Order: sequence, then C-alpha cells, then structure tokens
Amino acid sequence: MNSQVNDTPSIAVSASQARGGAPREALRMQDEKIKIAVNNLNLYYGSDQALKNINLTIPEKRVTAFIGPSGCGKSTLLRCFNRMNDLVDICRIEGEIVLDGHNIYDRKVDVAELRRNVGMVFQKPNPFPKSIYENVAYGLRLQGVNSKRVLDEVVERSLRAAALWDEVKDRLEDNAFGMSGGQQQRLVIARAVAIEPEVILLDEPASALDPISTLKIEELINELKNEYTIVIVTHNMQQAARVSDYTAFMYMGDLIEFGDTDTLFTKPAKQQTEDYITGRYG
Amino acid sequence: MPSVNDNFSKHISNQFNIELEQIRTQMLSMGGMVERQVSDAIDALINGNVELAEKTRERDKLANQMEMDIDQQCTKIIALRQPAASDLRLIIAISRVASDLERIGDESGRISKHAIEIANQPSRQPQIGYQEVRHIGNLVIEMVRDVLTAFSRGDLEMAYKVAKRDREVDQEYRSAIRSLVTYMMEDPRSITVVLNVMWILRSLERIGDHARSIAIHLIYQVSGEDVRHKSLREIKEAIHDSSPEDESDSYQSE
Repeated sequence: MNSQVNDTPSIAVSASQARGGAPREALRMQDEKIKIAVNNLNLYYGSDQALKNINLTIPEKRVTAFIGPSGCGKSTLLRCFNRMNDLVDICRIEGEIVLDGHNIYDRKVDVAELRRNVGMVFQKPNPFPKSIYENVAYGLRLQGVNSKRVLDEVVERSLRAAALWDEVKDRLEDNAFGMSGGQQQRLVIARAVAIEPEVILLDEPASALDPISTLKIEELINELKNEYTIVIVTHNMQQAARVSDYTAFMYMGDLIEFGDTDTLFTKPAKQQTEDYITGRYG
Repeated sequence: MPSVNDNFSKHISNQFNIELEQIRTQMLSMGGMVERQVSDAIDALINGNVELAEKTRERDKLANQMEMDIDQQCTKIIALRQPAASDLRLIIAISRVASDLERIGDESGRISKHAIEIANQPSRQPQIGYQEVRHIGNLVIEMVRDVLTAFSRGDLEMAYKVAKRDREVDQEYRSAIRSLVTYMMEDPRSITVVLNVMWILRSLERIGDHARSIAIHLIYQVSGEDVRHKSLREIKEAIHDSSPEDESDSYQSE
C-alpha cells in the first residue's frame, strides 16, 4: 500500500499553484528550518510493524499535526520523538530521528536530557497531587533550582504562556486537582513550558475537554508556536486544520500524505487522504 | 475518474450523502429552468409574443427564490457538516453556480423586457438584428446546456470547451454591434428599436460569460484548481495537471 509515497511525501508542491498566485504567502517546506528529521523509521511491537519506513521533516516553530484513524501509528510516531517507546519492552526501532543534527537514538544520548528538550502533554491532564505553584515549579526543582525569586518568575511566565495566569494567580497554593479539566490541561502545558523545552509534543491535548476549553488550548498552541516547535496528534480533523501549519495523514503505519495544512484539507493529493477527511469509507 | 455521482454514496453518514445529492439536483434543476428562460425570452422576441415574454419575466422570481434556497442549504451544510476537500469544493461551487444561474435568469428577464418594448413599438421595423440575436442566442443556450451536462457528469473537457466557446460569442457580439451601429447611422428612425436589440445582444453576451464562469466553478470543484481570471491555455494546463492518473492507483487499491 502506497509505499512509494514514503520516499517522496508530496510537500506543498502544488500549494502555490492551487492558490493561483494569491497574495497570501504559501507555506513551503523547503523554506522552513528543519527541527526534526525522521529517516527511514520502522517500529515493531514484537512481530507487528507499527510504523513502516516513515520519512518526514518537522519544521521549527511550526505546528505539525498527525491525523489518521485509530491504530494508524500517529501516537506511536509522536512518542518516538522523546523516546517514550523505550518504556515498552517489546518495542524495536530501526532508522533514525535527527533532532538539531543529532540522532536521538544514538547510544550516547542522555534520555532524561532529551525529554527535557522535548516535552510532552497527554490526552488526560496529569497534574501532580500538589499545589498549582509546585506543579509548575516541579521540573526546575528537579534540576536543583531552589531560588524563590527564580521559581516565582518562571511559574508566572509559564502560567502566562499557558494562558492560565489570570485565572489562578490568587490561588497558586490550591491543590491542582481542584481545577477544571481544561485548566488542568493548561497547567500541564505550563509545567512542560517551565523547563523551556524546544519541542512540545501534544497527544490529543483537547479530546477530553469541552469546546470552550478546547478553543483555549488551540489559541494557546497558536501562541506557543512563536517559541516552540509543536507536534500534535489529534482525532479532531477540524482541530488539525485550525491549529496546524503542516499535516501528516497516516494509515496502517504508513505515511500517506504530508503537506501544508491548507492544501491537504482543500485539495489532498491522495484519494485515501480525501476519503478520510471527507468521512468516506476507506 | 470516479464519477461525481459515485462519490456521494460513499460517506459514512448516509444523511450527508442525501443532502449533497439533493442540493446538487436542486442546482441542476434550477439550471434547466434558467436555460428554458433564455430560450423562451429569445422566442418571445422573435415571434413578438408579449405573453411569453411576461411569463419569462415572472419566472425570474422563481429563479431568485431557488438561488436563495440553494444558498441556505449550502450554509446549513457548511455549519453542520464542516465539509472538507472535494465536499467543500462542491458546496462552494454549487453556491457560486446558483448565483451565476440567477444572473442568467436576470438577463433573460431583461431580454423579455426589451422584447415587450419592441413589440409595443407603433411602427414595426423590419426585424433588424434578429438574425444575430438568433445566432448568438443559440450559441449561448448551447453553452448553458453543455455546462450543465458537464456539471452532471463532472466532465472537465466539456467544461473547457464551454469556456473556449465564450470567445466565439464575444467575437460574434462585437461584429453584431458593429453592423447595428452602421444600420443606425444609415437610418436614424431605427435607433429606438435597434438600441433595444443591442441591449438584448449585450444580455446574451453576458449569459455566455456566466456559462463560462459555471464551467470554471466545475473545474474548481473537480480538480481543486482555481482558474478564474486565467487564460484558456492556463485553464487547459490546469485540467491536464490535475488529471487523476496519479490518484487512480491508490483509489483502486482501496
């Protein structure tokens, strides 16, 4: 199935044509600074191959979305970026993922250090059973930072970055479990931002939230991409269309199509992509 | 190429299939009605049939209503279904086509109005310019008919031919105007009637433009290429660039 597309993902070649020379600037992968490059990545869970020869590039300070039906490998691919799959015993990985010029699967790589650089936020908010303040300060305390002045500053900056500051500034000592789901999710993002990673991975960050909280998260993603490279996995295609600059469509472990989001959602190159995003039988 | 019809039946939501099919049928039947309005307006002129002309003007109101209905359906589908890719393009195209059809209806109304004015002239002139009206009229009626057929089949080649024929209409229009101007200079008494005929020719020429515009919406719907304000050569290239050969493999492997 479509193995040929893995070699040459159709990267926005037709975007400028499709827009007919419209004044709006079209995103083009060749103009982007590449943050992460995935090269010939194969991943197996035991004898099952979950990712099949994936090749793609994640541009810096952009939002890249992975979409596809359940079990297509999008979360698995996301988890490769900070080696979360190392925690799965039966998981075996071939190929390389190059972050800023270094293969993160190199033996010399310090995985804890990698995960400081590549933060992750999960589907269900997972605050620690501590105060709001301590949740955000946790990562820095682990790094040995104890100065109250530094911590105060980082906590405020991170909560502001996560668009949460105004809602919680008067109750920083309250337990984080008392917050709403949407607030907890933004708290977790603040916690991720506090240690100043370069890449933030978001695995279905809004799927457990109500529409208003979802919009806040989306707004936040839009803000965060000025500072961070963001990769998001989502089942909500409209969300992918709204928040991302680039979108990858995956199916059964294959990367079917990868291109700028506008083109992918208005004029996909592959019939399989078209069928999926328009809700047809695949 | 998967035919346009086949595509409707494949959504997981059957209700969505039905909605898309309905709105497309509605648009095509509006097209059929408007096409009839154009030919009735021309018949009314040529046969001096005031009654038919009145009826055609009356029917324009129906076309206006249909345009609004179709647009409302489109808005509803966008709001409730958030269509993407080809579905989205279909909805956008249908809404634009409905607006072009409505304007064709308006032009037919104008032709009818002038037909009535001519019929009510006290001294009836010989039918100056009628031959041109008949000729250009036939050309644009055929364009409207063909572009609707092209739409129902998703046939881009046919759409391209319609767009191409608009040039012929423009040429015929210009030469008809030239000869009518000459006529008016030779016989100033004919000016009132000939001016009416010139307005009619102008309306027919506009109908040709709308048919071309519908062809372009179809090309957008099927290929995703926006070829408005493009030359014929660019349109042709767009159609061939987007020919679905590169897609057919993955489509069939499904």
